[in-house]
Amino acid sequence: MDALCPFEHVIPLCATFGDVLPIIAILIGFQVLVLRRPVPNLRRVLLGFVLVLLGLALFIQGLETALFPLGKLMASQLTAPAFLGIGPDAAGTESGRHWLAYLWVYLFAFAIGFATTIAEPSLIAVAIKANQVSAGAVDTWGLRIAVAIGVAIGIAIGAFRIVSGTPLHYYIISGYVIVLIQTLFAPRSIVALAYDSGGVTTSTVTVPLVAALGLGLSSNIPGRNPLLDGFGLIAFASLFPIMSVMGYAQLSEWYARISQRHKPPNEDY
Amino acid sequence: MLKRLLAPFASSLLDSLRDLLPIVAVILFFQLFVLHEPIPNLLDLTLGAGMVVMGLTLFVQGLKLGLFPIGETMAWDFARKGSLLWLLAFAFSLGFGTTVAEPALIAVAAEAADVAADAGMIATGKEAKIAYAEGLRYTVALAVGLAIVIGVLRILRGWPIAWLIISGYIGVVVMTVFAPREIIGIAYDSGGVTTSTITVPLVTALGVGLASSIEGRNPMTDGFGLIAFASLTPMIFVMGYGILI
Repeated sequence: MDALCPFEHVIPLCATFGDVLPIIAILIGFQVLVLRRPVPNLRRVLLGFVLVLLGLALFIQGLETALFPLGKLMASQLTAPAFLGIGPDAAGTESGRHWLAYLWVYLFAFAIGFATTIAEPSLIAVAIKANQVSAGAVDTWGLRIAVAIGVAIGIAIGAFRIVSGTPLHYYIISGYVIVLIQTLFAPRSIVALAYDSGGVTTSTVTVPLVAALGLGLSSNIPGRNPLLDGFGLIAFASLFPIMSVMGYAQLSEWYARISQRHKPPNEDY
Repeated sequence: MLKRLLAPFASSLLDSLRDLLPIVAVILFFQLFVLHEPIPNLLDLTLGAGMVVMGLTLFVQGLKLGLFPIGETMAWDFARKGSLLWLLAFAFSLGFGTTVAEPALIAVAAEAADVAADAGMIATGKEAKIAYAEGLRYTVALAVGLAIVIGVLRILRGWPIAWLIISGYIGVVVMTVFAPREIIGIAYDSGGVTTSTITVPLVTALGVGLASSIEGRNPMTDGFGLIAFASLTPMIFVMGYGILI
């Protein structure tokens, strides 16, 4: 393997290729054995696959050399007992555990949730497609910012849940109820896209940083078990964008209606 | 050819730079003003950020040239071929095959095995943990495979997505009542980690392609939604796995 992948430590090309091999095998298998049709612009498609592989390998390597170590270090520093003021000297007194002591943690959770979502490649993909399909009605940036705000709120609330130690399923089930109510009132064309945006937000960039935050919080706060309480942040990050995207659609519909009303009647129509 | 490729590349590079800016800003702000620490390895940070920007740019270009077209072409070809069975077989393999090898899922499954051993649900030996993690991975992959099959059937038949999602939510809530407490967090998280960066564009293109190739379907209302199912069914299946084991 080492002889085949001499530059693995610079760019993890072989590892990335290994990850996507099953997908490529399935695509080629069905194309050759079942569909038996020539692929139009085969050379362009192949070039596209090479670019995707190369891009993903560079992307992951860049994150791992630069941003992940620092981000994870910060997550552990922000949740360290010394920073939070919940060290041994504060033991016995509840004052150090006031929720305000964790204000920076919630702000970090919010900011990192927003920032990582903006850089998430699968969300970029879905936003591009949604923009194409809706003939421009869904704005790429509007959608991405709506999703990022959802993830930011979700992770901040998820951090609060770990700090307060309340059961995860209460939050998730209440979230479901809100989503159901919003579904009744949201424009029909956005519903499927909103549901999808819950699943796409949490991948390459968000998961490692958010997991570090969850692990730091649950192992430093007294009474929390990292194995039990460390999970759940991803679930929040996939639930809240559904709400924020439907909310965004409702707001823009409402805004369009208002501005329509205030416009002078147009004789051309 | 080269010039036609390079012009969008340059503007795409700027877009990627803008996409990365928020993370850099957040990290710098917290490091300098909240933690009051210097930035370690400034060279590494700059180099890494450059690689991320370059990588994102190439990825987005490749998406438009390769992943989107192949997903849509295959959707059209399957629709023209008219064989439901092959289409569903393709949908299942795409869901199952891309999930079973997903690195994020492998990591989560290993952690889940630790939790299960810690809670006394399985033996604490290494073999028991590996067997548990493996079982969990196949469970999630099966769940995603089925999700894509149901999602494709929904596009073909034009079922409203809200009803399916509501049934899924009810399934999650019912399973939560019966599932062991230890597995709930992992189950809820497993929904989010299954959909990888390459699966999402392919599956989205497949859904949109199918919805546009079938008469009476709207790509906007019917084409999206496959990913939503793929993040819902694993929660139900993982809790089921927790009940059975």
